[in-house]
Amino acid sequence: MTIGLGHYLTVAAILFTLGIFGIFLNRKNVIIILMSVELMLLAVNINLVAFSTHLHDLVGQIFAMFVLTVAAAEAAIGLAILVVYFRNRGSIEVDDISLMKG
Amino acid sequence: MDAIIVFLPLAGAVMAGLFGRWLGDRGAQVVTCGPMLLALALSVAVFFEVTGGGATRTTELFTWFDSGSFEASWAIRVDALTAVMLLTVNAVSAMVHVYSIGYMHHDKSIPRFMAYLSLFTFFMLMLVTAGNFMQMFFGWEGVGLCSYLLIGFWYDRPTANAAAIKAFLVNRVGDFGFALGIMGVFMVFGSVDFATVFKAAPGMVGTSINFLGLDLSTLDALCLLLFVGAMGKSAQLGLHTWLPDAMEGPTPVSALIHAATMVTAGVFMVCRLSPMFEYAPVAQGVVTVVGATTAIFAATVALCQNDIKRVIAYSTCSQLGYMFFASGVSAYGAAMFHLFTHAFFKALLFLAAGSVIHALSGEQDMRRMGGVWQAIWKTYTLMWVGSLALAGIGIPGIFGFAGFYSKDMMLESAWGAHSGVGQYAFWVGIAVALLTAFYSWRLLFMTFHGKPKADEKTMAHLHESPAVMLLPLVGLALGAVFAGYLGYESFVGEGREKFWGDSLFVLSQNDSIAAAHHAPPWVGLAPLTVGLVGIAIAYLFYMAAPTLPRRVASSTHGLYRFLLNKWYFDELYERLFVAPAKALGHGLWKTGDGALIDGVGPDGIAEKTLLLARRAGRLQTGYVYHYAFSMLIGVAALVTWYLFNSL
Repeated sequence: MTIGLGHYLTVAAILFTLGIFGIFLNRKNVIIILMSVELMLLAVNINLVAFSTHLHDLVGQIFAMFVLTVAAAEAAIGLAILVVYFRNRGSIEVDDISLMKG
Repeated sequence: MDAIIVFLPLAGAVMAGLFGRWLGDRGAQVVTCGPMLLALALSVAVFFEVTGGGATRTTELFTWFDSGSFEASWAIRVDALTAVMLLTVNAVSAMVHVYSIGYMHHDKSIPRFMAYLSLFTFFMLMLVTAGNFMQMFFGWEGVGLCSYLLIGFWYDRPTANAAAIKAFLVNRVGDFGFALGIMGVFMVFGSVDFATVFKAAPGMVGTSINFLGLDLSTLDALCLLLFVGAMGKSAQLGLHTWLPDAMEGPTPVSALIHAATMVTAGVFMVCRLSPMFEYAPVAQGVVTVVGATTAIFAATVALCQNDIKRVIAYSTCSQLGYMFFASGVSAYGAAMFHLFTHAFFKALLFLAAGSVIHALSGEQDMRRMGGVWQAIWKTYTLMWVGSLALAGIGIPGIFGFAGFYSKDMMLESAWGAHSGVGQYAFWVGIAVALLTAFYSWRLLFMTFHGKPKADEKTMAHLHESPAVMLLPLVGLALGAVFAGYLGYESFVGEGREKFWGDSLFVLSQNDSIAAAHHAPPWVGLAPLTVGLVGIAIAYLFYMAAPTLPRRVASSTHGLYRFLLNKWYFDELYERLFVAPAKALGHGLWKTGDGALIDGVGPDGIAEKTLLLARRAGRLQTGYVYHYAFSMLIGVAALVTWYLFNSL
């Protein structure tokens, strides 16, 4: 059995769905949300790379590098905010964070 | 000179009203009484100049309206009818002005009172000197305004304010009829000038105007509309309810406005419009019946009232009924004669009653008076004179008090009219004469005789009124004694045609005054006889057997309650008009304005916006995963849409 485009896309779809469920089923920790977001970004990256090889176009892989960079930066900022938030509020439970409630 | 008479009171009113603060009480009294006395002197001169053959003269002041074919100007028209009114109004007004100096000396706003009195006199003179309907309407509304202001003069009393509003509103009903009448006159005749209209009136006989599919005789319809105005102002049955309540005002006001002058404006109007009424037999019949019915109604109510001023107020209402039925049977001269004499003796009665009230420290209930005739014998004597004149007592052929001549003449004219309504008016008038004598002497006996029923403090303070109050009373008493005797020949006797000139118009077949002179002797003696009987009954009831009234009242309990409550007119109107109007107003306020306009309009929109904002605000939960979810939904929707579109 050769591993074709369909397999890659399936893995990416599974990862993406896991990320979504990670966001919604998690009531405890904001860090898990950040992790799920990373997971979803990685799923997108797999898609990009898979299509890139399939179509013989390097732009997709270059773009994946960009996404990785941005994801790293985003994770750094997100964690930094989280640390500050914990210092101020003493909790990072998802259900406690509703300051923006209308 | 005519214009000067009219504008002197206005000058006094302006000075006292606008500059009263600087003039002070005394100054305000001087600047109003002075012009009034001068106006009285001038109107006496005018009276002798114009009556007895003097021609009608008109002083044109300036144009008021000039719009298309509608023209009206300010003009002072003086003929015999006006001259009589000028004399009456100015005489009573001057006496009341002087009397008020004494009566109102405790009051804290004397300049305002004097200004109102003078302003009223000005409007009244404007009314009687009018040469066209518009100017008459101006005076008509003006006296209504002053009446309102003076009834509510003591504005800190809720009852006075209520009475003032009631008087104004009831008069509105009448004035509405009057205004419609004027519009009708303009529509039919194309002019509101008296001379033009009167000249064209005979040509309108037999024509009709169409209104809502009804064919109405032109002159009857117009005269009836105008008569509605007269009914309102002169407190005739149906629109009379304001007059007794108007007694909330100070007593000089009652004497001047609600006895002698303003309320007689309706009678004056009917007499002034005699060239129209003569050709409107239906309207004349209505005037006669309404007048006679008012006379008997008011007289029966006066029997049971206990407030001294209300008794006299109902008496006024009743006497106005007399005047109306006299003018209804074409005896305009007799009606004006009674208006003239009535002004004197009724003003006298009111002012004397005021003097009694003054002496008894403001007491108005006759049940708490009595036993004071020796202490205030001057007032007592004057009251007797007024009552004798009102009841029409006299010795036939020799001398009589004022009412003796005028009341006889009106009743004889009603008899002489030889018509159904005339007979009705005559017999009702005889019954009213009996009742009049009875309630007048009931008033005298209850007020002055018997045991004193006032408390000791009041009795200790009992005092005769000062000369400034008694002198005007003497002046009016002279009128009450001699006005009838002196005026008889010229007003209704042989000299009447020369006296009135062309100011009154009577068709020759309607000349009931001429017929009255040929009435059988018993017709002339009947009022005097029943008057004396009435006095005798009053003596029996209130002097000889003081327990009798109570026994009679309890044996005829239903009738007594009916009369005591004034035929339940106020209650009827309360049910028929006041309560529905209030309900309608309340409904419009609550449902129309509150629920509909506010509910749907500003309040509703604001409320809906708030609700919507609150709902939208609830979307904003603050939970990160909710936002993420909505983003996802959005993405899914976008992708779906994109895919379906591209397929």
